[in-house]
Amino acid sequence: MKPFTRLTAAAAPLPLASVDTDQLIPARFMKRSRAQGYGDHLLYDLRFNANGAPNLDFVLNTPRFAGAQVLVARRNFGAGSSREAAVYALVDFGFRCIIAPSFGDIFAANAVNNGLLPAHMPEDAVEALLGLLTETACDVTVDLDACLIRAANTEFPFAIDPVWRVKLLNGWDDLDLTASYADQIVQHADAQRKLRPWLQTPTLDGLTLRPE
Amino acid sequence: MAQQHAAKRLFDKVWAAHIVVAREDGADLLYVDRHLVHEGGFHGFNALRAKKARISRPDLTFGVVDHYAPTRTHDLTAVDPAIAGMIHQHEANCAEFGVRCIGLTSARQGIVHVVGPEQGLTLPGALIVCGDSHTSTHGALGAIAFGIGASEVAHVMITQTLWQKRPRAMRVTFDGQLAPGVGAKDMALTMIAAIGADGGQGFAIEYSGSAVRDLSVEGRLTLCNMSIESGARCGIVAPDQRTIDYLRGRPAAPQGDMFDHAAMEWLGLASDSDAEYDHEVTINGDQIAPIVTWGISPEDAVPVTATVPLPSATDAARAAHVREAAEYMGLTPGMKISDIRVDQVFIGSCTNSRIEDLRAAAAILLGRRAVVPGMVSPGSALVRVQAEQEGLDRIFIDAGLDWVASGCSMCVGMNGDLVPAGRRCASTTNRNFKGRQGPGARTHLMSPAMVAAAAVTGHITDVRALMKGRQS
Repeated sequence: MKPFTRLTAAAAPLPLASVDTDQLIPARFMKRSRAQGYGDHLLYDLRFNANGAPNLDFVLNTPRFAGAQVLVARRNFGAGSSREAAVYALVDFGFRCIIAPSFGDIFAANAVNNGLLPAHMPEDAVEALLGLLTETACDVTVDLDACLIRAANTEFPFAIDPVWRVKLLNGWDDLDLTASYADQIVQHADAQRKLRPWLQTPTLDGLTLRPE
Repeated sequence: MAQQHAAKRLFDKVWAAHIVVAREDGADLLYVDRHLVHEGGFHGFNALRAKKARISRPDLTFGVVDHYAPTRTHDLTAVDPAIAGMIHQHEANCAEFGVRCIGLTSARQGIVHVVGPEQGLTLPGALIVCGDSHTSTHGALGAIAFGIGASEVAHVMITQTLWQKRPRAMRVTFDGQLAPGVGAKDMALTMIAAIGADGGQGFAIEYSGSAVRDLSVEGRLTLCNMSIESGARCGIVAPDQRTIDYLRGRPAAPQGDMFDHAAMEWLGLASDSDAEYDHEVTINGDQIAPIVTWGISPEDAVPVTATVPLPSATDAARAAHVREAAEYMGLTPGMKISDIRVDQVFIGSCTNSRIEDLRAAAAILLGRRAVVPGMVSPGSALVRVQAEQEGLDRIFIDAGLDWVASGCSMCVGMNGDLVPAGRRCASTTNRNFKGRQGPGARTHLMSPAMVAAAAVTGHITDVRALMKGRQS
């Protein structure tokens, strides 16, 4: 995974609370493989009118915020469904960082697993940043090492789980880390087999490897 | 420090038994006892192929068809080929990787969070994951159970483990006793309205108190199911005699002496009486009224006797949300909730589709006619059989509702069961998000009994008025 250290890019204001993962990627667009990409369906029902024409009032359809790599939103961003496609859609659209006062836990974990930074900022700071971005289109600099956002000569500190910060800074993939613990995993499984045999190999009578 | 008390809480006892590696930075590598995989698991299977990997523990991995399951027919040649393709793909993926799959036409097919407990795959003290946020449901039996994303699904498939930071501990205590006409769904929505849709973020919620102990296992499943709607990744209830009685004899549960041995351990999992929590919430169960959502987040919930809120004069962000929600929902702030007319109803989903949910709705519908159309989708094929044995299907059909097959159905609309744009649905589901039941659809969440009441009157209705002389 590509490490995230520092980013300077346009930031789009999305002054909505609870932008849930159903809005980020509506359920009807989730049949694709990862390779086919999800960016064209990001926030589909906000970006497009019911007739399929782009909603020209929506922030991501305005020329000023074309190419934005940072999105600033209100609280509870990414709530709801565990669908990682919500993160695929953001990443494929070009976003590398989301700033909000709070995030859905599963969304945030999915984001980090795809190199997308979920940056927690206090509500009043988010409101100030939203105001700034609405008044003046300005690039922001996201510094993950220092946990700071710089915008128009103002610094906004942000928070992220320290484990996730290190993971993003290094571009680590959990599978690579886990591989080094293969022996411990086997030992744990063996010990549990004796301690809690009832959790092992559940039998479902008649349920075979051929789908019923 | 909460850490000093860690071993004394139910959640921490179960967590500790699953730690493979405790890293110094606070991340724990956890061993997974049950990995449940629905049609959305194709990203994980594709990752296996790309890495030329196999499933680490196919014996602990179970496939279920639910998200795309058609509810009007099981003839896949008769449905949208893209939807049929998702089901074929899942069954083929499971077969290729040696995973037992409860497929579309299985006698035990159903919604994964109904099937798991029903089959006894869900056990106290287990760690259960699934690529679905409502995996929190399984905590009702004293398991740690939470939803994961596709990257985590692939990680579990390949290693049977997952890196997690231990969530903080919240206890939600429901004291007192629920009034007639009030149930687990009302408890959950009352809590979410109180703490907010992000109030549980970063926490594991333990539910306790007399009103939780008095709930059936099915009610506890509903309560834990909705934990994610408060932002908490999981909810958990201490196993008690009801849990043991529920599990005894289920197909995948231990049998005979092994069961009794396991049950001894399960009954010992309860938190110690002096356990401490990072956050405590207490709700008086006596005071809970039937509750419905009016807006576009599960926190937008008020008692049926209330009104649609007015935008706050002091909180600009909240005021903006209330205006956005009222506009999307086509409601006027200040109007009475009971004046909201509905176009259709839906009874189903992993939240409220178990036999007790169907009984509660049928008790209101018995001998009455629905004045709006609606669907009833039982949580599993086995629930469907039981409901038919009890004659509940006749009550729904005689009331004018459609009695259909099991699946996620109109909760998420992936199978094509959708609410049309601009239409308003009284629904027993878990999410009233914009577009959740279809683009432009308007969802009001409530209990099965409340949905039945709305079906009979055509508007949101206090079910207590329709219960006189009937069993609740």
